[in-house]
Parts: sequence; structure tokens; C-alpha cells
Amino acid sequence: MTLSFAIIGAVTIASAIAAMTLRHLVHCALSLAITFAGLAALYLQLQAQFVGFAQLLVYVGAVAILIVFAILLTRGSGPETQPIYSSRWLAGVVVAVIVMAVLGGTILSSKTVSAHVEAAAFEPSVRRIGDQLMTRYVLPLEVLGLLLTAATIGAVILAIQENRPAKPGGHQ
Amino acid sequence: MIDQVFVLLKGWLVNLAPASLQPFVSGVVSVAAIIAAFASLFALTTILERKGLGRIQNRYGPNRVGPFGLLQPAADGLKALTKEDLVPRDADAVVHYLAPLVLVVPAFLALAVLPMGRNMAAVDLDAGVLFFFAVGAATELSVFMAGWSSRNKYSMLGAMRAIAQMISYEVPLILSSVGVIMIAGSLSPEKIVEAQAGFSGWLPHWFVLTPWGLAGFILFLIAAAAESNRSPFDLPEGESEIIAGYYIEYSGFKFALFFLGEYIGMFAVCGLAITLFLGGWRPPLEFLDWIPSYVWFFGKLLSLIALAIWVRGTLPRLRMDQLMGFAWKFMLPMALINIAAAGIWHFTPPGVIRWLICLLLVAGPYVLLARGLIEHNRVAKRVYRYAE
Repeated sequence: MTLSFAIIGAVTIASAIAAMTLRHLVHCALSLAITFAGLAALYLQLQAQFVGFAQLLVYVGAVAILIVFAILLTRGSGPETQPIYSSRWLAGVVVAVIVMAVLGGTILSSKTVSAHVEAAAFEPSVRRIGDQLMTRYVLPLEVLGLLLTAATIGAVILAIQENRPAKPGGHQ
Repeated sequence: MIDQVFVLLKGWLVNLAPASLQPFVSGVVSVAAIIAAFASLFALTTILERKGLGRIQNRYGPNRVGPFGLLQPAADGLKALTKEDLVPRDADAVVHYLAPLVLVVPAFLALAVLPMGRNMAAVDLDAGVLFFFAVGAATELSVFMAGWSSRNKYSMLGAMRAIAQMISYEVPLILSSVGVIMIAGSLSPEKIVEAQAGFSGWLPHWFVLTPWGLAGFILFLIAAAAESNRSPFDLPEGESEIIAGYYIEYSGFKFALFFLGEYIGMFAVCGLAITLFLGGWRPPLEFLDWIPSYVWFFGKLLSLIALAIWVRGTLPRLRMDQLMGFAWKFMLPMALINIAAAGIWHFTPPGVIRWLICLLLVAGPYVLLARGLIEHNRVAKRVYRYAE
């Protein structure tokens, strides 16, 4: 547990707690962006350069902006009118503890962790990721491509249908 | 020896420090050098831009302060520092304060991976180009913060348009650099500059001197102008459109910080264009080897800045729908076809055949797309009317 890990972890957890407890929804979204950046810093601390920078590019650069756009274009942009903490918060805490225990127990008792596998001696480089993606993990790569294509087509269909009633019979 | 003078200077300074502090001092010296160099380049660019635009528009630029107006940046800096810092009463104070910082910090971070001379990149990352794009994506959040925190409808509108533009043009920007990464085989800027070493006869092996490289370079420059919100893509901040868009409510030094962040972003992305396509710090002709490498880098950077200023003074502004159509319908297919052309170039043996194939593969879709995307029913024949 080095000092840098402690600092990055503290910043990540603090911004995640802020993302849940702040009153204004856009402030929560911005704290969530800080959480994403904290996760990227953790990846970089483990020498996983590609994953860390991809996390920054995708999450902070695209997903955070998507979240704030979604907040703005729906109704939730004013200050909150209802109290943040619901009256049934004790049940929420119990459920969260149970889920955490199940997940933690499963991960800690899995083969990878309990066999005390030594941390890999090589430095993960982008070239190795590329090699593995093209040889061993080709099928997941193609499935991801298919999934992204389906998402793009779905987005285009949703956007087109909104425009159709407004389109006149062409400019003459 | 002159070529490595800054590297040797930094080595001497680091040796002066005690051994335990040496990595820290090394980092501080690199950072201080980058900030000093690029902040002075920013001051120089503001005066060059105003004089250059003035001459293109058939007028003098600023010429009151100092000889030929050269002390104008000092006057601008003093003005920015002493102006009253207005924050609207309903604005969100914390977010309003942080937005310029979130713009300037990633812009300076992006300069850290560029190799500005032989052995002169501040940080040598294995995934350097990806770091550059990731940090560029983080600046979009500051645009949103600035627009939203001002609680101003026009500010928010300008921010939405600016973010839509920046996200749309990120895709051709990254795709046009994929061809270079494929051919060079690495994401590290140092290795990409190394891959452009060597000369065949007179000509250097720069990527811009290949068909896919030239197309990629032009696409990259257009997308870079759009990413930095520079004319002809400055609808979100055009003065006759929406009067400074998302930074309407900023005055004084915060406005100067936005200005600084935009220009540093432009320098960073021009620097990446030089690294990827123009051979980094390498000289164009073999016998010009004696000129130091950093002089070549900054010379190429100044010529790209001059090109940006020239384009700003010459072309009219694109409308929002024209802008988005240009990105998604024209630049994205061109960038994808460019990647295919780069692959074909790599696998065919050197000679006239691969030049012909790649030129056709790049020029053909360009002509077809450009003609096919003109919507003929919306473009009427031009009618000239003269006063009688």
C-alpha cells in the first residue's frame, strides 16, 4: 500500500461519495468524471498504459459528456426539490453490504487470487495487446464490433424518426 | 553539440541536486522549460495573428505599443490582469472558477509527449499518441463547465454546439493518425519520428510525401482546426454569431486563461501533426543536418501556425449543419479509406504501381464524395445583379 495508491484511492472514493451525495445533479456528474479519472490513475499505476489512457479517452471524454447531456436534455437540471436521503436508507445499506460480501467473497476465493499468482514480470505494452487481440481474442473483438455497429444503427434510427414529421416535401 | 545543448543543460542542473531528489528536479526542469517556451510562443502568436490578419484584411495590425506593435502582448497581459473579474450572481461559483483550469491543464499536459528535438521529449510513453488524444478529450469537459456554470442560455447553447463539434471532429482526427501508427508500428512519438529517418535521393522519408500520408495530413489539419475551435470552424465562439459563446460570462484573467488554453491546444495538435507526418525534428534535406533539431521542430511549428492564421483570414465560417455534415459524411469515409490505402501501400512492393494505386484510392473517393454530397436542389445557380 504505497503513498500514491493511498492518495489516488482516497480521491476516487471521495469523489464517488460526492457523486452520490451532492444536491445538484450536474455536480454529481462532474464528481463522477473525477472518479473515472481516479480509476485511470490506478490503471496507470499498475503500468497498464493502454487501458489507463483508453479509460480517460472513453470515460472522461465521451461517457461523462454523455451523462451531462442526458441530465441537461431531460428535466433534472434544476436544484433538487425532494430530499436526497430516502426514508428507507437502512434497507439500502443492508442490500449494499450483502452485494459487496457476495462479490468480494467470489473474487477472493477464485482461482486467480487464491493461487497467489505472481504479478507478471513483463511490462504490458500496446504491441502485446494488439497481438493478443488479433490471435487469441479475435472472436470477442468481432463481437464487440458487431455490438458497436448495432448501437450506431440504433442511434441513427432513433434520430431519424424524430426528424421525419418535420421534413417538408423538399425545397423547390 | 549545439543540437544537444538543452539536454546537457538539464543534465547539469539535475546533477546539482541531491540524489534522492533527482527525479523530482528532472521533472520540474522539463516542465519549467516547456511552460517558458510555449508561453512565449503564445505571446508571439497573438501578435503575429493580429498583424497577419490585419495584412490579409488590407489594414495594419496593432502598431501603437512598441516598435511595429511588438509589445502588444504585454499590454494585453496587463489589461487581462487588471480588469474586474465579474462572476454573475446566479452562476455556479465553484464550477465557474474551475472551468479555465480544466482547459489549461490538459492542454499543457499534451505538450509533454512531443519530441521537440533529438532526445528532447519530456516524457517518453509507450502509448504516447493515445495519451495525447485522451488528454485532448478531457478538454471538452471544461467547455461544458464554462457554458453551464454561467447560467446563460446563449452560453449553454454555444457550449452544446462546441461540444458537438469537438466530439464529431475527434473521430476523423484519431482515424487519420491510425494510418501513421500502423505503418510506424508503435504509439510512441519517438519511434514514429525514428520511422521517418533516412533519405531516398533528395527526398526524406516523411509520411507526408506518400499519397495516404498527404491525405492523412490534410484531414488531420482540418480536424485539428475544428478541435481548437479555430476559423473556419469557430461558430461556437464567433463574434458575429454568438459573441464568444461559452465564455461570454468570463472577464479579465479567466478569459485570458481560456485564450491561452485554446492556443496551447492548437500548438499541441500542430506539434503532433509535425511528429506524425512531417518527420518531427528531422531536416528535410540531408545537407541541412547541421541546423539543430529543435530549430527544425519550432520552424515547422511556426509554419503550421502561419498556415492556420492564413486559413483564418481567408475562409468564411461554416454553418453548424454544414460543419457536422462535413465531419460525418465527408471526413469519416475519407479517413477510413485512407487507412485502407496505407495498408495497401505497406504490402505492395515499392515502385510506380503502388503510387498509382494509392493515389487512385485517395483521389477517387475524394472526387466522388465531394460531387455526391452537393445537394443540387439547394444550391441555385449564381445570379449577378449590377446597379444600373
